[in-house]
Parts: sequence; structure tokens; C-alpha cells
Amino acid sequence: MEWSETIKTAVAALNARRMRSLLTMLGILIGIAAVMLTVGLGQGTQQQITSQINALGSNMIIVSPSQTTTSGGFRGGGGAASTLTTADAAMLADPTVAPDIAAVAPISSVSGSLQSSSTTWTSTVVGTVPDWQTVRAREVASGRFFSTSEVDSAQSVAVIGSETATELFSSVNPIGQSVSINGQSFTVIGVLAEAGSSLSSNEDDTVLVPLTTFANRLSTSTSVNSVSSIYLSGKDADSLSAAYQQVQTALLAAHQVTSDDADFSVSTQASLVETATSVSGVLTLLLGGVAGISLLVGGIGVMNIMLVSVSERVREIGLRKALGATPAVIRRQFLVEAGILGTLGGVLGVTIGVVGAAILTLTLSIDVAVSVPVTLLALVVSLGIGLVAGVYPASRAAKLAPIDALRSE
Amino acid sequence: MTRMLSMRDVRKTYSTGVVKVDALRGVDLSVDEGDYLAIMGPSGSGKSTLMHIIGCLDIPTAGTYELDGTDVSKMTEKELAEVRNRKIGFVFQQFNLLSSLSALRNVELPLVYAGVPAAQRKQRAMAALDKVGLADRVQHRPGELSGGQQQRVSVARALVTDPALLLADEPTGNLDSHSTAEILDLFAELNGAGRTIVMITHELDVAQQAKRTVFIRDGLLNSTDALLAGTVQ
Repeated sequence: MEWSETIKTAVAALNARRMRSLLTMLGILIGIAAVMLTVGLGQGTQQQITSQINALGSNMIIVSPSQTTTSGGFRGGGGAASTLTTADAAMLADPTVAPDIAAVAPISSVSGSLQSSSTTWTSTVVGTVPDWQTVRAREVASGRFFSTSEVDSAQSVAVIGSETATELFSSVNPIGQSVSINGQSFTVIGVLAEAGSSLSSNEDDTVLVPLTTFANRLSTSTSVNSVSSIYLSGKDADSLSAAYQQVQTALLAAHQVTSDDADFSVSTQASLVETATSVSGVLTLLLGGVAGISLLVGGIGVMNIMLVSVSERVREIGLRKALGATPAVIRRQFLVEAGILGTLGGVLGVTIGVVGAAILTLTLSIDVAVSVPVTLLALVVSLGIGLVAGVYPASRAAKLAPIDALRSE
Repeated sequence: MTRMLSMRDVRKTYSTGVVKVDALRGVDLSVDEGDYLAIMGPSGSGKSTLMHIIGCLDIPTAGTYELDGTDVSKMTEKELAEVRNRKIGFVFQQFNLLSSLSALRNVELPLVYAGVPAAQRKQRAMAALDKVGLADRVQHRPGELSGGQQQRVSVARALVTDPALLLADEPTGNLDSHSTAEILDLFAELNGAGRTIVMITHELDVAQQAKRTVFIRDGLLNSTDALLAGTVQ
């Protein structure tokens, strides 16, 4: 029997029970669409996290304070006080200590209530140094960044993000305007170019002031010299791991601790990306697994309906056998029916998945990735599920004795 | 004259659980090419079992059965399917047409399983339907045809492969007297043209249309038992 005839007969049989075929396909459809959307969402999130971390700057190393995990030395006993100081930053800036480091930017931050002549706004206020621009790869759109001498003399100047500028001054040119930060008066000298939103905070809604001024007038910390983290940039990508080692070694020596009870942690952009993607990878796997179970249930639905179909069509099977259909031909007939159910369900599922991904991308502002390999895999999997689900019903049909089949009413 | 069908001491035993049923207890039967044989018998006589074995739908427990020169008594299911396809044309009491297919597609079915190309299939099916006088009904579904017409479609389906044997199982059992006469006329005409026909029936007037009649009772054939014919009636 030709393949075209087998397919034609299968389509006719499915068409004769249209409602049932559609409902059966629905099981596969939902499973495939769910897998595609969860995997796409996971991949999209990973891409977004990666691009956001990469947007932080280039060849970046971040030193953050951490509590010691062991007995807790005298440094760890300080509660919320940071273990990092401006002295650490100054040491890392010394080329004899860390030759592969190009720029060092100690950071302290606080939530600030801002007040211009016309309005109030709340934003993150960051104390740092001019190297921040290098480390974070940010440009100034208008005005200028504060200088080293302004840091040294603790001037009350501020550089603000583009969004902060819009909120505080709307259409007025912010340069030269006065802004009150937590009750302290500052002069705006520059506005940053737009960066887009990052992981945790909006990079365009921020206020930068000299670190010294921050320590004197804004800091809530008890220690004037402490900073909340230190951002560094390596000379280039190739020497980044060497730079990482230099920072680690220098800080361990300066803090007089071993790596086991270090009171700080050093991470690179690559390690941040790795951590973030491994977390979202596990989440994707978990969600994909749940969606996969619904696909399995869909497959069981196909098997169930094929079994019903075989027992309903015992007489037809008997007749076909009497007319010369071999067991192999009957088996193939039912396998093709199950395969078509699976594949059509898969095609519809992929369609729903693609449309759903587009809708999610628009509404969630997360890029839901639907790749061609995933789509093809989904189609192959749905065909496979159909065929696997069809094996048992098809072999039951093939094994029916023609006389029993013809006798059945 | 060529021997079309030859059975020697054919036995069939069914075991349903503990009960053993000897449905056929040593049947000898020969049918020559061009013969028209009626097999009569009451229910439970082994009539259906004999029809199944003649039609290669089942194989005997013991004995030999040659159909058109081939021993079919030890064949596998796949080989039997091929023999059924090539050598036997079935006509059933229930017509057994597929209701979702047109008359033409129903008649084409045996050719589909024989692997005949589509164009030739259609041509041969049209010719077979023409032969039974239904050339104008080829696109009708079985539900749109009368009982007599449906049975003529199934005769066309039985003839389309040009089989060695036309095997009819109570072909008039579901028909009114007018349609019965039509089908029997058709059989007579086919036999007149040289077609070998074996017909299972329990109606004496139907059996009388055949060239000869054998009777089956308790799993044994008796071709001369005129008294038995009376009891059947």
C-alpha cells in the first residue's frame, strides 16, 4: 500500500471524528505551547540578564563586603558597617599593587530625597570619584563630570541621570541649578547620557556626588572612610583574570585574612553572568519540566483516543484485513493516524507559542526568545509523542483476528 | 477442467476455556473452475467455520486445503492476507461497506491493498461497478444506496481483483425478494461467464440457483442427503 494512500485514509478517519481529533490535539497543543513559552521566557531572561550585566561596563571587577562565614572576627562583628574603606580603594589604584587595574571607583550610596525649586523626587545618591565614568563606561550628555580636585576639596556638586533631570527640572536646563539632597544643597554640574535600565536599579535615575562630600554630608555610616563597594576595571579582557588575582591577593593581605574567612568578595562580570544565568537556567529547567509533564499527559490522551478508536473500528479493521490488508499495513495505518494527531497538535502548539511569545514580549518587556531549533525540536517531539502513543493501539489493531473482527457487531 | 479448491480431511477445533468444540470433523470438498456451489446447513453446523477456512480468514487445525494450486493450510497471517487479496472476492450478508467512502472508493479498496496505481485502480473499479449496473452511482455513499444496490457494490468490490473464487456468505440474508432476485441473477450471469462461486446460505430456494448444493451438519459434509434439505427448510 502506498504512503499517500495510508495518509489519505488516516486523514479521512481523523476527519470523520473531527471534534474528538481536535480535543486530542489540544492536549499536545497546550504541552508544546507551554514548553516553548517557558523555555523562551527562560532564554529571554538569560539574554536580558547577560546584556544588562555587560552594559554595566567593560572588563569590570566588583568588590563587595561580606560577613565572614566562620567564627566571625572583629571585622565581622561590626553589623551593617562595610568592611571596605577608601584606603582599600587607594591601595588598589596603586599600579605596583595591581598593575592590571586601569581604574578604581569606590562607591557609597544612600537613598536621597531630592528637592529642586519646583518639585521633589526620590533617587539613589552615590558618592564616588571621576574614575566611575571609566569603570562604568558612561558619558556625560551635558555639562561635565566632577574632577579629582573637586573630590579632594569635597565640593557640593552633583552629576545627575537623565531621568532624574527630567523629573526635577523638566524642561529647564539643569546645569547650574541648585538641588537639595537630604537637606544639603548641591549644584548640578552635569547630566549623564542615557544608559537604559539595569538589573536592580534604573541607571538613568541616579545622583552622583564626590565621595568626600558624600562622606561628610550625606553618609549614614558611622565610619567616614567606609565605602559600600569598589568598582574596578581591568586593562583589557585578556588580563582580567590576572587583575582579579591581584585584587584578591592585595585585599587579603591588607585585611590580614585568609581566603577562607575573607570579609569581602570579588566578582567579575563573567562570574556575575554565570551566577545569574545558572539561577535562571535552573528555573527554566523546572518550568520546562512542568510544561513537559503536560506534554506527557497530552501523549497519554493520544494513546487513549487511539485505543478507543481501535475498539470502535474493529469491524472496519476486520473488513480491511479480509480485503487483503496485512497486519503491517493495519499497524502503519494507526501509527500514521497517531502521528498526524501529534504533528498537527505540535504545529498548532508552535503557532500558539510564537504568537504567545510575541504577546509576552510586548506586555512583559522581556524578550521571549523563540529560536528556529527550538521550534523544529518541538515539531519533531510532537510527531515522536504521537508515534510512541500510537504504538500500543496500532499493534492491538494489527493483532485482531479477521474473523473475530468481522463477527463483532 | 481446473481444480479451483480442494479440501482433504479438514478439521477445526476451538477451545473456549474448558469446552472444546469440534466445528469441522473431517471435511472433503472439491470445487472446479466455473462451478457454482451452495453450502447449506443449520446454525451450529460448522457452516461459518467452513466459510472462514474457504475464505482464508482462518486456518484448519488439521488437514490440507489447496486454493488455486496453492496450499494455504499452513500459511502465516501475512501470506493469508495476500491470498485473500489476490484470490478471493468476499460478499457478506452485512455488505460491510465503509460508510465514509464513496461506492468507487469502496470498490477500489482491495486494489489499494494490492498496490495497484491510482489511475488503473479507478479504471478497474469503474469497470466493476459498470458490470453490476451501478455506473451511475459511483460517487454515492453506501447510506445513499438501497440494500440491493449496496450488495451490488460489494459484489463489484469482490470482482475488482478478478479473483479465483467469489465467496458469498448469506449474500441475500439482508435483502428483500426483489433485491434477492437481482443478486442471484447477477451471480448466475457471472457464473455463466466462467466465474467460480461458492455461496453459503440457509435458504433452499437461494441454494437451488446454484449448480450443485452440499449440506453441512455437525461438522461433516453430505452432498446427497435430500432429507436433510427438508429439515433445513
